[in-house]
Amino acid sequence: MIFAKKIFITLFMIFGLNLSNASADESAELVVEGQPILTRTKAPSHMENIDEVRSGWTFRIKETQALQMDDFENPGMIFVDKGIDLWNKVEGSKNKSCASCHGDASEFKGLRTVMPKWNASAGALWSMEDHVNNCRTEQMGAEPLKWGKAPMDSIVALIGLQSRGMTMSVKIDGEVQPMWELGKELFYTRVGQLDMSCANCHEDNYGVMIRADHLSQGQINGFPTYRLKNAKLNSIHARFKGCMKNIRATPYKVGGDEFRALELYVASRGNGLSAETPSVRN
Amino acid sequence: MAKGVKPRIKVPKQASAGEAITIKTLISHKMETGLRKDADGNKIPQSIINRFTCDFNGSNVVDFDMKAGISVNPYFQFEAVVPESGEFKFTWYDDDGSVYEKTKKITVS
Amino acid sequence: MKISRRKVVVLGASAVSASLLPINLLAQSDGQSAEDIIKEFTGGANIGSGDIMLTTPEIAENGNTVPISVESKKATAIKILALGNPGPDVVTFKFGPLSATRSASTRIRLRKTQDVLAIAKLEDGSFIQDIQKVKVTIGGCGG
Repeated sequence: MIFAKKIFITLFMIFGLNLSNASADESAELVVEGQPILTRTKAPSHMENIDEVRSGWTFRIKETQALQMDDFENPGMIFVDKGIDLWNKVEGSKNKSCASCHGDASEFKGLRTVMPKWNASAGALWSMEDHVNNCRTEQMGAEPLKWGKAPMDSIVALIGLQSRGMTMSVKIDGEVQPMWELGKELFYTRVGQLDMSCANCHEDNYGVMIRADHLSQGQINGFPTYRLKNAKLNSIHARFKGCMKNIRATPYKVGGDEFRALELYVASRGNGLSAETPSVRN
Repeated sequence: MAKGVKPRIKVPKQASAGEAITIKTLISHKMETGLRKDADGNKIPQSIINRFTCDFNGSNVVDFDMKAGISVNPYFQFEAVVPESGEFKFTWYDDDGSVYEKTKKITVS
Repeated sequence: MKISRRKVVVLGASAVSASLLPINLLAQSDGQSAEDIIKEFTGGANIGSGDIMLTTPEIAENGNTVPISVESKKATAIKILALGNPGPDVVTFKFGPLSATRSASTRIRLRKTQDVLAIAKLEDGSFIQDIQKVKVTIGGCGG
């Protein structure tokens, strides 16, 4: 058997076959703790160039896929545990924790599926991080958490987990429409030394290899996501920043208007897929 | 004690005597290899969990010696047989001298 | 795999001094070659083949987290070596009286494409091994 495996690997090398692609299990179905997760569905009507939207999970090899199928195997759940600790931690001048007002995080079941969304009182497009920080500064009298750092990502993952399996349905019209249009424009605008747009990889070439990596559609329905690469949760904006660095562009500001707009647009490209937070990716 | 270390354990709550049960453990730990350098070019010293043990009612189930080749957030899965009801004791040993312990009860019918 | 007399002398000396060192210092000595590690584990005994199965992915999407599992029904201990790592010694699974199947799974780091070796020490004192090649991909944007 070992011998056969060696021949197999040698054949790969000789014929230069597409290594990772060959082992990506594209037809696998995602079930987490008995709950089915929709990883492929008809693209939302606003998408002109893609018929079927696919979760990033479908682009991963079976060993990586397996990590997300069992909450114990999923290393992202360690951070959710830390999120629970933080949820219950009393902080700030008003001596409160998240739990003081909200009990457990299940109160926010469904919230993940509609984020980012318009916040009328703030008159702005809000990401999940804004809800967390608004509670901290206004209700708890505590310092805001920094976007893209472990404490914030853990809380955002804990809140996101409550909606796992529910259908992503981000609103794109009304007050948020100008932001959505800006996000769309950013998605298709070439930037950086490599002169590439999001669409070049994630719309024109998903399913194709970029060096040894299998390009996905760049969906964010599983964020914050645990990445094997850095062994921690990665926020949506941190991932955008990483992508921009890869194409040698100067990244926009994490938490800034451009990334907020891009978050809205990219999230809307996943409308119809299940929320997967916290997902596991490469 | 290293920062942010948190153990997780999965053990069935009940089993029949002599049955092989599956145990999974995970502990959040950065598992610094000792091979990396910081921004100033100085070697970051190794800091890992170097041993993990599981005992049941004082008798050993497994004893693992770990090196820096074990991934961040060390994960283990193994099987145990339990002759009677009792308590599992899980222990992780950190390079910095810290010891993390956790116990889980199981009822054997 | 030829071990010179000189090396054996050095090995012997280091084995003695190593036994006096706390575990964490031992782990830091990344100078130990796979050959030395194997010899320390087997005491130089022959390693045969038999009832041992090492399961690894053929291709690891990321070398940071490579799931492996090993089983050998009559083993008292199983050592895992990553032959292409700067420190090839990865883990030694020792099975106590209450372990069921002599099996274990974990996640390991692999620096590059390489062979992973599992050596089992059996109840009768003999040693058997299994070896698997794991191809580690160099990332595009994901890795």
